[in-house]
Amino acid sequence: MINLLHKSLTSFGKFLILMGRTFKRPERLRMFAKEYIKEMAQLGVNSIGIVLLISFFIGAVICIQMKLNIQSPWMPRWVSGYTTREIMLLEFSSSIMCLILAGKVGSNIASEIGTMRVTQQIDALDIMGVNSANFLILPKITAMLTIMPILVVFSSAMGIIGAYGTAYLGHIIVPDDLTLGLQHSFQPWFVWMSIIKSLFFAFIISAVPSFFGYTVEGGSVNVGKASTDAVVCSSVLILFSDVFLTQLLS
Amino acid sequence: MIEVKNLCKSFDGLEVLKDISTVFEDGKTNLIIGQSGSGKTVLIKNLVGLFEPTSGQILYDGRDFVALSKEEKILMRREMGMIFQSAALFDSMTVLENVMFPLDMFAPMTLRERTKRAMYCLDRVNLVGAEEKYPGEISGGMQKRVAIARAIALNPKYLFCDEPNSGLDPKTSLVIDELLHSITQEFNMTTIINTHDMNSVTTIGENIIFIYEGHKEWQGVSADIMGSTNKRLTDFIFASELLKEMREVVNASSTARQAAPSGQ
Repeated sequence: MINLLHKSLTSFGKFLILMGRTFKRPERLRMFAKEYIKEMAQLGVNSIGIVLLISFFIGAVICIQMKLNIQSPWMPRWVSGYTTREIMLLEFSSSIMCLILAGKVGSNIASEIGTMRVTQQIDALDIMGVNSANFLILPKITAMLTIMPILVVFSSAMGIIGAYGTAYLGHIIVPDDLTLGLQHSFQPWFVWMSIIKSLFFAFIISAVPSFFGYTVEGGSVNVGKASTDAVVCSSVLILFSDVFLTQLLS
Repeated sequence: MIEVKNLCKSFDGLEVLKDISTVFEDGKTNLIIGQSGSGKTVLIKNLVGLFEPTSGQILYDGRDFVALSKEEKILMRREMGMIFQSAALFDSMTVLENVMFPLDMFAPMTLRERTKRAMYCLDRVNLVGAEEKYPGEISGGMQKRVAIARAIALNPKYLFCDEPNSGLDPKTSLVIDELLHSITQEFNMTTIINTHDMNSVTTIGENIIFIYEGHKEWQGVSADIMGSTNKRLTDFIFASELLKEMREVVNASSTARQAAPSGQ
């Protein structure tokens, strides 16, 4: 137990030192901008497809489940639409979608940086006098922080489109009832809450796997292990911070 | 000139480098030779600052590298170039982008000037025509040459090479050796090559240091190495059967020559 605590605190200390090296002014802004745009495309734009696909079906499934299991003659007709909107906005589009992205983006970041470490590409950067942490990690974190709110908005919108799909294509719910529910007691703060939460998660998704990749030692087996550990660790951190953030922002 | 004074390095109590003192001179091709595990790579990593020495000094033209602050070390490293055993090219960049990378980061030049300089470096290593290829699309020898071009792009004062010939055939190894030697002379760099390739020792070794189990066992020039009486050094040099046989043949012929009557 003490060993585990010691190991966790040591890793946290190393993480803070790495972040200290990462959050410095880039040596060449032109190079930073180039990397930032590249990461936006690689981590963010390339994730739009999977986000839209999952959000569409989850939105549709939530609507069906609400209609079939919650709706009763004793409840108003807008309940299914209302609950679908709240679940999509408050939990799915920010937290669950970030959990999914932790798998996709997190493993990508950890394995990319880990491979650069074991093939001495990071050593090569250090020898050139480049702050390798700043050059490799900062563009990833800033790109994720930029793209994540956009993904959250896209996800919420697609979830609602999915819900309409069940209304127009599946005829599960009357479209007017769905519209009524979606508009019922709408609080714009919930959109902001979702975006604020996603910003924290975006940091976790990019910074934690970067740390695991950057500190990998050994060969390809260790890169694979670091990639898995990064996904597990960032998922757990997202779940924990979700509890605190929900409490804090509600 | 790089001066190493009483350099020691330990890992978890295990002493890997033991009191190494030596001088690497300007404009010369300095070779560090020794068996695998003798501490050659640890020595070179200490020299470039990838490892922190346990004790001792490393003086770059009188500047104590170990005592420098982190920021000063980063600035100092801009005077260094390094070629890694695995070439360590950036996979996501083309050959030209790899060579241009240090220029993009540090050279106050226009894009045209940077491209011109990178193309000159590629021309110097005979790689014009491969600039749009990715590292995964070129051979190991070509990768090493790209690494050399990248290392010399900023005109470094000090060039470090960690086993530049590993994984290459003897002919390509000779090409790399010749290239490193001529570049050293052309740019008057202090070049340190970590190797166990005997071809390199005999052809380009102007100052050779033999490391044995973490300490400096022998230092000299390539002309002296074959006639050395240091048993550990001769055991290392003549480790291969071919070299052993050649040595026996040379010894036998010289004995025969000595035994022959002088009047004949």
